[in-house]
Amino acid sequence: MTGGSGPYEAVIGLEVHVELATVTKMFCGCPNAFGAEPNTLVCPTCLGLPGSLPVLNRAVVDLALRFGAALGFRVPETSIFARKNYFYPDMPKDYQISQYEEPILVDGRLEVDGAVVGIERAHLEEDTGKIIHVGGGGRIHDAACSLVDYNRAGVPLMEIVSRPDLRSADQARAYVSELRAVLEALGVSDVKMEEGSLRIDANVSVRRAGSTVLGTKVEIKNMNSLRSLGRAVDHEVHRQVALLEAGGSVTQETRHWDEEGGVTQPMRTKEASHDYRYFPEPDLVPLAPTPERLGRVTAALPELPAARRARLRREWGIGEADARTLVGRRDLADYAEAAVAAGAPGAAVANWCTGEILSHLNETGVSAEVLPLAPDGLAELVALVGDGTLSRPLAKDVLAECLREPKRPRQVVAERGLAQVSDEEELGAIVDEVLTRHAAEVEAYRGGDDKTRKRKRGFLMGECMRATRGRGNPQVLSRLLDERLA
Amino acid sequence: MPERAAPITPEEVAHVARLARLAIGDEELAGYTADLAAVLDHAADLAALDLDGVEPTAHPLPLRNVDRPDEVRPGLRRDEALAGAPDVAENRYFRVPRILGDEG
Ligand SMILES: [Zn+2]
Repeated sequence: MTGGSGPYEAVIGLEVHVELATVTKMFCGCPNAFGAEPNTLVCPTCLGLPGSLPVLNRAVVDLALRFGAALGFRVPETSIFARKNYFYPDMPKDYQISQYEEPILVDGRLEVDGAVVGIERAHLEEDTGKIIHVGGGGRIHDAACSLVDYNRAGVPLMEIVSRPDLRSADQARAYVSELRAVLEALGVSDVKMEEGSLRIDANVSVRRAGSTVLGTKVEIKNMNSLRSLGRAVDHEVHRQVALLEAGGSVTQETRHWDEEGGVTQPMRTKEASHDYRYFPEPDLVPLAPTPERLGRVTAALPELPAARRARLRREWGIGEADARTLVGRRDLADYAEAAVAAGAPGAAVANWCTGEILSHLNETGVSAEVLPLAPDGLAELVALVGDGTLSRPLAKDVLAECLREPKRPRQVVAERGLAQVSDEEELGAIVDEVLTRHAAEVEAYRGGDDKTRKRKRGFLMGECMRATRGRGNPQVLSRLLDERLA
Repeated sequence: MPERAAPITPEEVAHVARLARLAIGDEELAGYTADLAAVLDHAADLAALDLDGVEPTAHPLPLRNVDRPDEVRPGLRRDEALAGAPDVAENRYFRVPRILGDEG
Protein backbone atom coordinates (compact mmCIF):
# COMPACT_ATOMS: atom_id res chain seq x y z
CA MET A 1 0.00 0.00 0.00
CA THR A 2 1.03 3.60 -0.41
CA GLY A 3 1.51 6.12 2.39
CA GLY A 4 1.85 9.89 1.97
CA SER A 5 5.60 9.57 1.53
CA GLY A 6 5.61 6.66 -0.90
CA PRO A 7 4.81 3.00 -1.31
CA TYR A 8 5.20 0.37 1.40
CA GLU A 9 5.36 -3.40 1.24
CA ALA A 10 3.81 -5.78 3.75
CA VAL A 11 5.85 -8.78 4.92
CA ILE A 12 3.73 -11.55 6.38
CA GLY A 13 4.52 -14.96 7.83
CA LEU A 14 1.87 -17.34 9.14
CA GLU A 15 1.82 -19.98 11.83
CA VAL A 16 -0.98 -22.40 11.13
CA HIS A 17 -1.98 -24.95 13.77
CA VAL A 18 -3.89 -27.92 12.47
CA GLU A 19 -5.44 -30.70 14.44
CA LEU A 20 -4.43 -34.08 13.07
CA ALA A 21 -7.17 -36.48 12.02
CA THR A 22 -6.28 -39.37 14.30
CA VAL A 23 -8.59 -41.69 16.20
CA THR A 24 -6.82 -41.16 19.51
CA LYS A 25 -4.78 -38.47 21.26
CA MET A 26 -1.07 -37.93 20.73
CA PHE A 27 0.34 -39.77 23.75
CA CYS A 28 -2.56 -41.81 25.15
CA GLY A 29 -5.47 -43.93 23.93
CA CYS A 30 -8.22 -41.40 24.70
CA PRO A 31 -10.45 -40.59 21.71
CA ASN A 32 -9.61 -37.49 19.67
CA ALA A 33 -13.18 -36.26 19.28
CA PHE A 34 -15.09 -32.97 19.14
CA GLY A 35 -18.19 -32.12 21.12
CA ALA A 36 -18.11 -34.75 23.89
CA GLU A 37 -19.33 -34.03 27.42
CA PRO A 38 -16.61 -32.20 29.43
CA ASN A 39 -13.88 -34.38 30.96
CA THR A 40 -15.14 -37.65 29.51
CA LEU A 41 -12.17 -38.20 27.15
CA VAL A 42 -9.43 -38.33 29.77
CA CYS A 43 -7.02 -40.79 31.36
CA PRO A 44 -4.10 -40.64 33.80
CA THR A 45 -1.65 -39.70 31.01
CA CYS A 46 -3.50 -36.68 29.59
CA LEU A 47 -4.41 -35.58 33.12
CA GLY A 48 -0.73 -35.74 34.08
CA LEU A 49 -1.32 -38.05 37.03
CA PRO A 50 1.80 -39.30 38.82
CA GLY A 51 3.23 -42.51 37.39
CA SER A 52 1.67 -42.15 33.93
CA LEU A 53 3.90 -42.09 30.87
CA PRO A 54 3.31 -40.83 27.33
CA VAL A 55 3.60 -43.23 24.36
CA LEU A 56 3.65 -41.69 20.88
CA ASN A 57 0.74 -42.40 18.53
CA ARG A 58 2.18 -43.92 15.32
CA ALA A 59 -0.56 -42.30 13.18
CA VAL A 60 0.54 -38.81 14.26
CA VAL A 61 3.96 -39.40 12.73
CA ASP A 62 2.56 -40.95 9.55
CA LEU A 63 0.22 -37.99 8.98
CA ALA A 64 3.05 -35.50 9.49
CA LEU A 65 5.31 -37.46 7.13
CA ARG A 66 2.54 -37.55 4.51
CA PHE A 67 2.22 -33.76 4.72
CA GLY A 68 6.00 -33.48 4.51
CA ALA A 69 6.23 -35.67 1.42
CA ALA A 70 3.47 -33.71 -0.33
CA LEU A 71 5.12 -30.31 0.18
CA GLY A 72 8.73 -31.32 -0.36
CA PHE A 73 9.90 -31.02 3.24
CA ARG A 74 13.20 -32.49 4.40
CA VAL A 75 12.81 -35.03 7.18
CA PRO A 76 15.79 -34.77 9.54
CA GLU A 77 17.32 -38.10 10.56
CA THR A 78 16.07 -37.63 14.09
CA SER A 79 13.68 -35.26 15.78
CA ILE A 80 12.91 -34.99 19.47
CA PHE A 81 10.16 -33.84 21.77
CA ALA A 82 10.69 -31.16 24.39
CA ARG A 83 8.87 -29.88 27.43
CA LYS A 84 7.58 -26.34 27.23
CA ASN A 85 7.18 -25.34 30.84
CA TYR A 86 4.53 -22.93 32.03
CA PHE A 87 1.99 -22.68 34.79
CA TYR A 88 -1.52 -22.44 33.48
CA PRO A 89 -4.40 -24.75 34.30
CA ASP A 90 -5.03 -25.68 30.65
CA MET A 91 -2.16 -28.19 30.99
CA PRO A 92 -2.36 -30.35 34.10
CA LYS A 93 1.28 -31.45 33.79
CA ASP A 94 2.45 -27.80 33.93
CA TYR A 95 4.24 -28.40 30.67
CA GLN A 96 3.23 -29.02 27.10
CA ILE A 97 5.01 -31.65 25.03
CA SER A 98 6.16 -30.00 21.82
CA GLN A 99 8.99 -30.07 19.33
CA TYR A 100 11.37 -27.18 19.63
CA GLU A 101 14.90 -27.26 18.25
CA GLU A 102 14.54 -30.47 16.25
CA PRO A 103 11.17 -30.56 14.42
CA ILE A 104 10.01 -33.49 12.30
CA LEU A 105 9.81 -31.44 9.07
CA VAL A 106 11.96 -28.60 7.74
CA ASP A 107 12.12 -26.55 4.55
CA GLY A 108 8.93 -27.20 2.61
CA ARG A 109 7.16 -25.09 0.01
CA LEU A 110 3.68 -24.51 -1.29
CA GLU A 111 2.79 -22.97 -4.62
CA VAL A 112 0.04 -20.37 -4.30
CA ASP A 113 -1.26 -18.77 -7.50
CA GLY A 114 2.09 -19.16 -9.21
CA ALA A 115 4.19 -17.86 -6.29
CA VAL A 116 6.23 -20.22 -4.13
CA VAL A 117 5.74 -19.73 -0.39
CA GLY A 118 8.52 -21.21 1.72
CA ILE A 119 7.66 -23.16 4.85
CA GLU A 120 10.39 -23.03 7.45
CA ARG A 121 9.25 -25.95 9.55
CA ALA A 122 6.34 -28.04 10.74
CA HIS A 123 6.43 -29.55 14.20
CA LEU A 124 4.24 -31.71 16.40
CA GLU A 125 2.76 -30.69 19.71
CA GLU A 126 -0.12 -31.60 21.97
CA ASP A 127 -3.17 -29.37 22.33
CA THR A 128 -4.18 -27.95 25.71
CA GLY A 129 -7.42 -28.23 27.65
CA LYS A 130 -10.18 -25.67 27.31
CA ILE A 131 -10.73 -23.02 29.97
CA ILE A 132 -14.11 -21.41 30.49
CA HIS A 133 -14.00 -18.15 32.40
CA VAL A 134 -16.95 -17.65 34.66
CA GLY A 135 -17.54 -14.15 35.98
CA GLY A 136 -19.10 -13.16 39.30
CA GLY A 137 -22.87 -12.93 38.86
CA GLY A 138 -22.91 -15.74 36.30
CA ARG A 139 -24.58 -19.09 36.65
CA ILE A 140 -22.04 -20.05 39.26
CA HIS A 141 -22.43 -17.12 41.54
CA ASP A 142 -20.36 -17.87 44.60
CA ALA A 143 -17.11 -16.52 43.18
CA ALA A 144 -15.43 -15.65 39.92
CA CYS A 145 -13.63 -18.81 38.84
CA SER A 146 -12.45 -20.71 35.79
CA LEU A 147 -13.67 -24.14 34.68
CA VAL A 148 -11.47 -26.60 32.87
CA ASP A 149 -12.33 -29.33 30.36
CA TYR A 150 -9.38 -31.62 29.53
CA ASN A 151 -10.99 -33.42 26.57
CA ARG A 152 -8.68 -31.56 24.18
CA ALA A 153 -5.57 -31.89 26.32
CA GLY A 154 -3.21 -34.15 24.38
CA VAL A 155 -4.98 -33.91 21.02
CA PRO A 156 -2.28 -33.97 18.29
CA LEU A 157 -1.48 -30.71 16.52
CA MET A 158 0.94 -29.81 13.78
CA GLU A 159 2.22 -26.24 13.65
CA ILE A 160 3.18 -25.11 10.16
CA VAL A 161 5.45 -22.07 10.14
CA SER A 162 5.76 -20.23 6.85
CA ARG A 163 8.67 -18.01 5.89
CA PRO A 164 7.86 -14.29 5.67
CA ASP A 165 7.15 -14.74 1.96
CA LEU A 166 3.60 -13.38 1.85
CA ARG A 167 3.04 -9.79 0.67
CA SER A 168 -0.65 -9.04 1.13
CA ALA A 169 -3.75 -10.01 3.08
CA ASP A 170 -5.16 -11.61 -0.08
CA GLN A 171 -2.05 -13.70 -0.57
CA ALA A 172 -2.14 -14.77 3.08
CA ARG A 173 -5.71 -15.94 2.63
CA ALA A 174 -4.86 -17.72 -0.59
CA TYR A 175 -1.98 -19.50 1.16
CA VAL A 176 -4.17 -20.73 4.01
CA SER A 177 -6.90 -21.71 1.60
CA GLU A 178 -4.47 -23.80 -0.50
CA LEU A 179 -2.86 -25.25 2.63
CA ARG A 180 -6.29 -26.25 3.88
CA ALA A 181 -7.15 -27.94 0.57
CA VAL A 182 -3.86 -29.86 0.69
CA LEU A 183 -4.39 -30.99 4.30
CA GLU A 184 -7.91 -32.10 3.46
CA ALA A 185 -6.87 -33.93 0.28
CA LEU A 186 -4.15 -35.74 2.23
CA GLY A 187 -6.57 -36.67 5.01
CA VAL A 188 -4.11 -35.10 7.47
CA SER A 189 -6.74 -32.88 9.10
CA ASP A 190 -10.47 -32.19 8.98
CA VAL A 191 -9.54 -28.49 8.72
CA LYS A 192 -12.77 -27.31 10.27
CA MET A 193 -11.96 -23.82 11.49
CA GLU A 194 -15.22 -23.49 13.41
CA GLU A 195 -14.32 -26.56 15.48
CA GLY A 196 -10.87 -25.21 16.16
CA SER A 197 -9.06 -27.78 14.04
CA LEU A 198 -7.27 -24.99 12.14
CA ARG A 199 -5.95 -21.91 13.94
CA ILE A 200 -3.80 -19.10 12.60
CA ASP A 201 -1.33 -16.59 14.04
CA ALA A 202 0.22 -13.98 11.76
CA ASN A 203 3.54 -12.12 11.93
CA VAL A 204 3.18 -8.80 10.16
CA SER A 205 5.69 -6.07 9.40
CA VAL A 206 5.95 -3.35 6.78
CA ARG A 207 8.88 -1.76 4.96
CA ARG A 208 9.55 0.66 2.16
CA ALA A 209 8.84 -0.95 -1.19
CA GLY A 210 12.12 -2.23 -2.62
CA SER A 211 13.83 -2.47 0.77
CA THR A 212 15.31 -5.80 1.75
CA VAL A 213 15.52 -5.03 5.48
CA LEU A 214 12.73 -6.47 7.62
CA GLY A 215 10.65 -4.05 9.69
CA THR A 216 9.68 -4.65 13.33
CA LYS A 217 7.18 -7.48 13.39
CA VAL A 218 3.94 -7.74 15.30
CA GLU A 219 2.29 -11.05 16.08
CA ILE A 220 -1.50 -11.20 15.69
CA LYS A 221 -3.58 -13.87 17.39
CA ASN A 222 -7.21 -14.92 17.53
CA MET A 223 -8.19 -15.02 13.87
CA ASN A 224 -10.69 -17.82 13.51
CA SER A 225 -11.70 -17.65 9.86
CA LEU A 226 -10.14 -16.85 6.51
CA ARG A 227 -12.19 -13.69 6.49
CA SER A 228 -10.91 -12.50 9.85
CA LEU A 229 -7.34 -13.35 8.77
CA GLY A 230 -7.76 -11.04 5.76
CA ARG A 231 -9.34 -8.26 7.81
CA ALA A 232 -6.82 -8.50 10.65
CA VAL A 233 -3.77 -8.44 8.37
CA ASP A 234 -5.18 -5.54 6.35
CA HIS A 235 -5.92 -3.58 9.48
CA GLU A 236 -2.48 -4.25 10.95
CA VAL A 237 -0.66 -3.24 7.76
CA HIS A 238 -2.58 0.06 7.67
CA ARG A 239 -1.93 0.66 11.36
CA GLN A 240 1.82 0.16 10.96
CA VAL A 241 2.06 2.34 7.85
CA ALA A 242 0.11 5.10 9.61
CA LEU A 243 2.49 4.87 12.59
CA LEU A 244 5.56 5.18 10.38
CA GLU A 245 4.03 7.98 8.31
CA ALA A 246 3.37 9.91 11.51
CA GLY A 247 7.07 9.65 12.35
CA GLY A 248 6.56 6.94 14.96
CA SER A 249 7.89 3.40 15.14
CA VAL A 250 6.35 -0.03 15.42
CA THR A 251 6.69 -1.81 18.76
CA GLN A 252 7.48 -5.52 18.73
CA GLU A 253 4.49 -7.05 20.52
CA THR A 254 1.64 -9.53 20.38
CA ARG A 255 -1.74 -8.12 19.43
CA HIS A 256 -5.17 -9.63 19.65
CA TRP A 257 -7.64 -9.39 16.76
CA ASP A 258 -10.97 -7.98 17.92
CA GLU A 259 -13.45 -9.35 15.41
CA GLU A 260 -16.34 -7.09 16.40
CA GLY A 261 -14.34 -3.88 16.63
CA GLY A 262 -12.35 -4.74 13.49
CA VAL A 263 -9.07 -3.71 15.14
CA THR A 264 -5.96 -5.33 16.62
CA GLN A 265 -5.18 -4.50 20.23
CA PRO A 266 -2.17 -5.10 22.45
CA MET A 267 -2.47 -8.22 24.59
CA ARG A 268 -1.92 -8.16 28.30
CA THR A 269 1.60 -9.40 28.73
CA LYS A 270 2.90 -11.06 31.83
CA GLU A 271 6.42 -10.60 33.00
CA ALA A 272 8.69 -13.50 31.99
CA SER A 273 5.74 -15.35 30.50
CA HIS A 274 7.87 -16.47 27.58
CA ASP A 275 10.59 -18.08 29.63
CA TYR A 276 9.44 -21.60 28.79
CA ARG A 277 12.70 -23.36 29.77
CA TYR A 278 12.44 -25.96 27.02
CA PHE A 279 14.36 -29.16 27.61
CA PRO A 280 14.27 -32.60 25.96
CA GLU A 281 11.30 -34.70 27.14
CA PRO A 282 12.92 -37.54 29.13
CA ASP A 283 9.82 -39.77 28.84
CA LEU A 284 9.98 -40.00 25.04
CA VAL A 285 12.78 -41.37 22.88
CA PRO A 286 13.87 -39.68 19.64
CA LEU A 287 11.91 -40.13 16.47
CA ALA A 288 13.89 -41.44 13.50
CA PRO A 289 11.70 -42.31 10.50
CA THR A 290 13.34 -45.06 8.45
CA PRO A 291 13.82 -44.69 4.68
CA GLU A 292 11.35 -47.58 4.23
CA ARG A 293 8.69 -45.72 6.17
CA LEU A 294 9.29 -42.52 4.16
CA GLY A 295 9.11 -44.54 0.95
CA ARG A 296 5.77 -46.08 1.93
CA VAL A 297 4.32 -42.66 2.77
CA THR A 298 5.51 -41.11 -0.50
CA ALA A 299 4.18 -44.01 -2.58
CA ALA A 300 0.72 -43.65 -1.02
CA LEU A 301 0.33 -39.91 -1.68
CA PRO A 302 -3.05 -39.02 -3.21
CA GLU A 303 -3.54 -36.45 -5.96
CA LEU A 304 -2.94 -32.92 -4.65
CA PRO A 305 -5.42 -30.07 -5.18
CA ALA A 306 -3.33 -28.25 -7.82
CA ALA A 307 -3.05 -31.44 -9.91
CA ARG A 308 -6.72 -32.21 -9.44
CA ARG A 309 -7.76 -28.71 -10.56
CA ALA A 310 -5.61 -29.03 -13.67
CA ARG A 311 -7.10 -32.45 -14.47
CA LEU A 312 -10.72 -31.31 -14.04
CA ARG A 313 -10.10 -28.24 -16.21
CA ARG A 314 -8.60 -30.43 -18.90
CA GLU A 315 -11.09 -33.30 -18.77
CA TRP A 316 -14.27 -31.35 -18.17
CA GLY A 317 -13.45 -28.13 -19.97
CA ILE A 318 -14.27 -25.98 -16.95
CA GLY A 319 -12.62 -22.72 -15.86
CA GLU A 320 -10.09 -22.16 -13.08
CA ALA A 321 -12.67 -20.49 -10.82
CA ASP A 322 -15.03 -23.48 -10.97
CA ALA A 323 -12.16 -25.94 -10.54
CA ARG A 324 -10.99 -23.98 -7.51
CA THR A 325 -14.47 -23.96 -5.95
CA LEU A 326 -14.91 -27.69 -6.50
CA VAL A 327 -11.50 -28.78 -5.30
CA GLY A 328 -11.72 -26.35 -2.37
CA ARG A 329 -13.97 -28.98 -0.76
CA ARG A 330 -12.86 -32.53 -1.12
CA ASP A 331 -16.35 -33.90 -0.41
CA LEU A 332 -17.80 -31.77 -3.22
CA ALA A 333 -15.09 -32.67 -5.72
CA ASP A 334 -15.50 -36.37 -4.89
CA TYR A 335 -19.27 -36.04 -5.33
CA ALA A 336 -18.88 -34.32 -8.71
CA GLU A 337 -16.40 -36.92 -9.93
CA ALA A 338 -18.75 -39.71 -8.89
CA ALA A 339 -21.60 -38.07 -10.86
CA VAL A 340 -19.35 -37.86 -13.92
CA ALA A 341 -18.36 -41.49 -13.43
CA ALA A 342 -22.11 -42.25 -13.51
CA GLY A 343 -22.22 -40.87 -17.05
CA ALA A 344 -22.93 -37.13 -16.79
CA PRO A 345 -20.85 -34.53 -18.68
CA GLY A 346 -18.32 -32.79 -16.42
CA ALA A 347 -19.24 -29.21 -17.33
CA ALA A 348 -22.93 -29.70 -16.44
CA VAL A 349 -22.04 -31.48 -13.20
CA ALA A 350 -19.58 -28.74 -12.24
CA ASN A 351 -22.27 -26.17 -12.91
CA TRP A 352 -24.75 -27.80 -10.52
CA CYS A 353 -22.11 -28.59 -7.91
CA THR A 354 -20.63 -25.09 -7.72
CA GLY A 355 -24.13 -23.58 -7.75
CA GLU A 356 -27.18 -25.07 -6.08
CA ILE A 357 -25.45 -28.00 -4.41
CA LEU A 358 -22.67 -25.93 -2.84
CA SER A 359 -25.24 -23.37 -1.60
CA HIS A 360 -27.19 -26.20 -0.03
CA LEU A 361 -24.07 -27.61 1.65
CA ASN A 362 -23.15 -24.18 2.99
CA GLU A 363 -26.65 -23.51 4.29
CA THR A 364 -27.10 -26.87 5.98
CA GLY A 365 -23.49 -27.44 7.01
CA VAL A 366 -23.60 -31.08 5.90
CA SER A 367 -21.02 -32.98 3.91
CA ALA A 368 -21.70 -33.96 0.28
CA GLU A 369 -21.12 -37.55 1.37
CA VAL A 370 -24.47 -37.64 3.15
CA LEU A 371 -26.67 -35.78 0.65
CA PRO A 372 -30.00 -37.60 0.09
CA LEU A 373 -29.31 -37.33 -3.64
CA ALA A 374 -26.48 -39.73 -4.49
CA PRO A 375 -24.03 -38.72 -7.24
CA ASP A 376 -25.73 -40.98 -9.80
CA GLY A 377 -28.98 -39.16 -8.94
CA LEU A 378 -27.35 -35.90 -10.01
CA ALA A 379 -26.26 -37.64 -13.20
CA GLU A 380 -29.92 -38.60 -13.72
CA LEU A 381 -30.99 -34.96 -13.28
CA VAL A 382 -28.35 -33.79 -15.76
CA ALA A 383 -29.64 -36.38 -18.25
CA LEU A 384 -33.24 -35.15 -17.79
CA VAL A 385 -32.11 -31.63 -18.71
CA GLY A 386 -29.99 -32.96 -21.54
CA ASP A 387 -32.83 -34.83 -23.25
CA GLY A 388 -35.27 -31.93 -22.86
CA THR A 389 -37.52 -33.54 -20.25
CA LEU A 390 -36.77 -30.75 -17.77
CA SER A 391 -36.04 -27.08 -18.34
CA ARG A 392 -33.26 -25.65 -16.21
CA PRO A 393 -35.66 -23.80 -13.82
CA LEU A 394 -37.76 -26.94 -13.35
CA ALA A 395 -34.65 -29.02 -12.81
CA LYS A 396 -33.74 -26.61 -10.01
CA ASP A 397 -37.09 -27.33 -8.32
CA VAL A 398 -36.58 -31.05 -8.71
CA LEU A 399 -33.08 -30.82 -7.27
CA ALA A 400 -34.34 -28.83 -4.28
CA GLU A 401 -36.82 -31.60 -3.53
CA CYS A 402 -34.21 -34.33 -3.97
CA LEU A 403 -31.92 -32.50 -1.53
CA ARG A 404 -34.72 -32.38 1.03
CA GLU A 405 -35.75 -36.01 0.93
CA PRO A 406 -34.37 -39.19 -0.57
CA LYS A 407 -36.11 -39.18 -3.95
CA ARG A 408 -34.77 -39.77 -7.42
CA PRO A 409 -35.26 -36.97 -9.99
CA ARG A 410 -37.38 -39.24 -12.27
CA GLN A 411 -39.64 -40.03 -9.34
CA VAL A 412 -40.20 -36.31 -8.60
CA VAL A 413 -40.89 -35.60 -12.27
CA ALA A 414 -43.49 -38.39 -12.36
CA GLU A 415 -45.13 -37.44 -9.06
CA ARG A 416 -45.47 -33.77 -9.90
CA GLY A 417 -46.17 -34.18 -13.61
CA LEU A 418 -43.23 -31.91 -14.28
CA ALA A 419 -42.01 -33.30 -17.55
CA GLN A 420 -41.32 -30.49 -19.97
CA VAL A 421 -43.90 -30.10 -22.71
CA SER A 422 -42.43 -29.91 -26.19
CA ASP A 423 -45.54 -30.92 -28.10
CA GLU A 424 -46.07 -28.23 -30.76
CA GLU A 425 -49.82 -28.61 -30.99
CA GLU A 426 -50.33 -28.28 -27.25
CA LEU A 427 -47.92 -25.32 -26.93
CA GLY A 428 -49.37 -23.65 -30.06
CA ALA A 429 -52.83 -23.63 -28.52
CA ILE A 430 -51.42 -22.03 -25.37
CA VAL A 431 -49.62 -19.32 -27.38
CA ASP A 432 -52.81 -18.57 -29.31
CA GLU A 433 -54.76 -18.24 -26.07
CA VAL A 434 -52.15 -15.85 -24.61
CA LEU A 435 -52.11 -13.67 -27.72
CA THR A 436 -55.92 -13.41 -27.69
CA ARG A 437 -55.96 -12.50 -24.01
CA HIS A 438 -53.34 -9.79 -24.55
CA ALA A 439 -54.50 -8.35 -27.84
CA ALA A 440 -53.55 -4.81 -26.78
CA GLU A 441 -49.96 -5.87 -26.12
CA VAL A 442 -49.80 -7.59 -29.48
CA GLU A 443 -51.05 -4.38 -31.07
CA ALA A 444 -48.38 -2.37 -29.25
CA TYR A 445 -45.74 -4.86 -30.36
CA ARG A 446 -46.71 -4.58 -34.01
CA GLY A 447 -46.76 -0.79 -34.00
CA GLY A 448 -43.76 -0.20 -31.71
CA ASP A 449 -40.10 0.62 -32.25
CA ASP A 450 -37.36 -1.94 -31.60
CA LYS A 451 -37.22 -1.20 -27.91
CA THR A 452 -40.96 -1.56 -27.43
CA ARG A 453 -41.06 -4.73 -29.50
CA LYS A 454 -38.34 -6.26 -27.41
CA ARG A 455 -40.17 -5.41 -24.20
CA LYS A 456 -43.57 -6.61 -25.39
CA ARG A 457 -42.11 -9.83 -26.74
CA GLY A 458 -40.46 -10.50 -23.40
CA PHE A 459 -43.78 -9.93 -21.65
CA LEU A 460 -45.67 -12.26 -24.00
CA MET A 461 -43.01 -14.97 -23.71
CA GLY A 462 -43.28 -14.76 -19.93
CA GLU A 463 -47.07 -15.11 -20.13
CA CYS A 464 -46.75 -18.17 -22.38
CA MET A 465 -44.28 -19.77 -19.97
CA ARG A 466 -46.56 -19.00 -17.07
CA ALA A 467 -49.56 -20.49 -18.89
CA THR A 468 -47.61 -23.77 -19.13
CA ARG A 469 -46.80 -23.52 -15.42
CA GLY A 470 -43.13 -23.44 -16.32
CA ARG A 471 -43.24 -26.75 -18.15
CA GLY A 472 -43.18 -25.43 -21.70
CA ASN A 473 -40.01 -26.09 -23.65
CA PRO A 474 -38.59 -22.55 -23.96
CA GLN A 475 -37.04 -23.10 -27.39
CA VAL A 476 -40.29 -24.44 -28.89
CA LEU A 477 -42.43 -21.77 -27.22
CA SER A 478 -40.13 -19.02 -28.41
CA ARG A 479 -40.27 -20.24 -32.01
CA LEU A 480 -44.08 -20.62 -31.99
CA LEU A 481 -44.48 -17.12 -30.53
CA ASP A 482 -42.20 -15.57 -33.16
CA GLU A 483 -44.07 -17.36 -35.94
CA ARG A 484 -47.32 -15.85 -34.77
CA LEU A 485 -45.97 -12.35 -34.18
CA ALA A 486 -44.27 -12.16 -37.57
CA MET B 1 41.35 -26.50 29.92
CA PRO B 2 37.55 -26.84 30.02
CA GLU B 3 35.71 -23.84 31.41
CA ARG B 4 34.09 -23.95 34.79
CA ALA B 5 30.42 -22.91 34.95
CA ALA B 6 30.00 -19.33 36.11
CA PRO B 7 28.64 -19.27 39.67
CA ILE B 8 24.94 -18.52 39.83
CA THR B 9 23.85 -15.13 41.18
CA PRO B 10 21.17 -14.54 43.86
CA GLU B 11 19.15 -12.65 41.17
CA GLU B 12 19.14 -15.74 38.94
CA VAL B 13 18.07 -17.92 41.83
CA ALA B 14 15.19 -15.53 42.59
CA HIS B 15 14.18 -15.62 38.90
CA VAL B 16 14.24 -19.41 38.77
CA ALA B 17 12.22 -19.55 41.97
CA ARG B 18 9.63 -17.22 40.49
CA LEU B 19 9.37 -19.34 37.33
CA ALA B 20 8.87 -22.45 39.47
CA ARG B 21 6.32 -20.64 41.67
CA LEU B 22 8.45 -21.17 44.77
CA ALA B 23 8.11 -18.63 47.56
CA ILE B 24 11.66 -18.12 48.72
CA GLY B 25 12.29 -15.43 51.30
CA ASP B 26 15.25 -13.05 51.07
CA GLU B 27 16.85 -14.73 54.09
CA GLU B 28 16.82 -18.09 52.24
CA LEU B 29 18.32 -16.74 49.02
CA ALA B 30 21.98 -16.96 50.07
CA GLY B 31 21.62 -20.59 51.15
CA TYR B 32 19.93 -21.68 47.90
CA THR B 33 22.45 -19.75 45.84
CA ALA B 34 25.29 -21.68 47.49
CA ASP B 35 23.43 -25.01 47.07
CA LEU B 36 22.71 -24.43 43.39
CA ALA B 37 26.28 -23.29 42.77
CA ALA B 38 27.46 -26.61 44.19
CA VAL B 39 25.10 -28.51 41.86
CA LEU B 40 26.36 -26.55 38.88
CA ASP B 41 29.97 -27.14 39.92
CA HIS B 42 29.24 -30.83 40.00
CA ALA B 43 27.73 -30.72 36.52
CA ALA B 44 30.76 -28.78 35.35
CA ASP B 45 32.91 -31.85 36.12
CA LEU B 46 31.46 -33.31 32.92
CA ALA B 47 33.18 -30.57 31.00
CA ALA B 48 36.51 -32.05 32.09
CA LEU B 49 35.81 -35.17 29.98
CA ASP B 50 37.17 -35.46 26.48
CA LEU B 51 33.99 -35.51 24.41
CA ASP B 52 35.46 -34.84 20.98
CA GLY B 53 33.57 -36.89 18.43
CA VAL B 54 30.71 -37.71 20.80
CA GLU B 55 27.32 -36.71 19.38
CA PRO B 56 25.04 -34.78 21.69
CA THR B 57 22.08 -36.89 22.75
CA ALA B 58 18.67 -36.03 24.09
CA HIS B 59 18.24 -39.40 25.73
CA PRO B 60 20.46 -41.90 27.55
CA LEU B 61 18.68 -44.98 26.12
CA PRO B 62 19.74 -46.35 22.72
CA LEU B 63 16.10 -46.48 21.60
CA ARG B 64 14.27 -44.91 18.66
CA ASN B 65 10.63 -44.83 17.51
CA VAL B 66 8.85 -46.28 20.51
CA ASP B 67 5.20 -45.89 19.57
CA ARG B 68 1.73 -47.41 19.77
CA PRO B 69 -1.07 -48.09 17.27
CA ASP B 70 -3.82 -45.45 16.90
CA GLU B 71 -6.41 -47.41 18.87
CA VAL B 72 -8.74 -46.26 21.62
CA ARG B 73 -7.99 -47.55 25.10
CA PRO B 74 -10.29 -47.15 28.07
CA GLY B 75 -9.58 -44.04 30.13
CA LEU B 76 -11.11 -42.76 33.34
CA ARG B 77 -14.78 -42.28 34.12
CA ARG B 78 -15.56 -38.63 34.76
CA ASP B 79 -16.21 -39.11 38.45
CA GLU B 80 -12.85 -40.88 38.73
CA ALA B 81 -11.12 -38.09 36.82
CA LEU B 82 -12.70 -35.40 39.00
CA ALA B 83 -12.04 -37.30 42.23
CA GLY B 84 -8.51 -35.88 42.38
CA ALA B 85 -9.54 -32.31 41.58
CA PRO B 86 -9.05 -29.63 44.22
CA ASP B 87 -12.51 -28.32 43.34
CA VAL B 88 -15.30 -29.35 40.96
CA ALA B 89 -18.14 -27.47 39.23
CA GLU B 90 -21.46 -29.02 38.16
CA ASN B 91 -19.88 -32.46 38.54
CA ARG B 92 -18.46 -31.84 35.07
CA TYR B 93 -15.55 -29.43 35.32
CA PHE B 94 -12.33 -28.95 37.21
CA ARG B 95 -12.71 -25.64 38.99
CA VAL B 96 -9.70 -23.37 39.51
CA PRO B 97 -9.27 -19.82 40.78
CA ARG B 98 -10.11 -17.28 38.12
CA ILE B 99 -7.37 -16.93 35.52
CA LEU B 100 -6.86 -13.70 33.61
CA GLY B 101 -4.71 -13.01 30.62
CA ASP B 102 -3.53 -15.22 27.85
CA GLU B 103 -0.38 -16.72 29.20
CA GLY B 104 0.93 -19.85 27.54
ZN1 LIG C 1 -5.73 -39.66 27.84
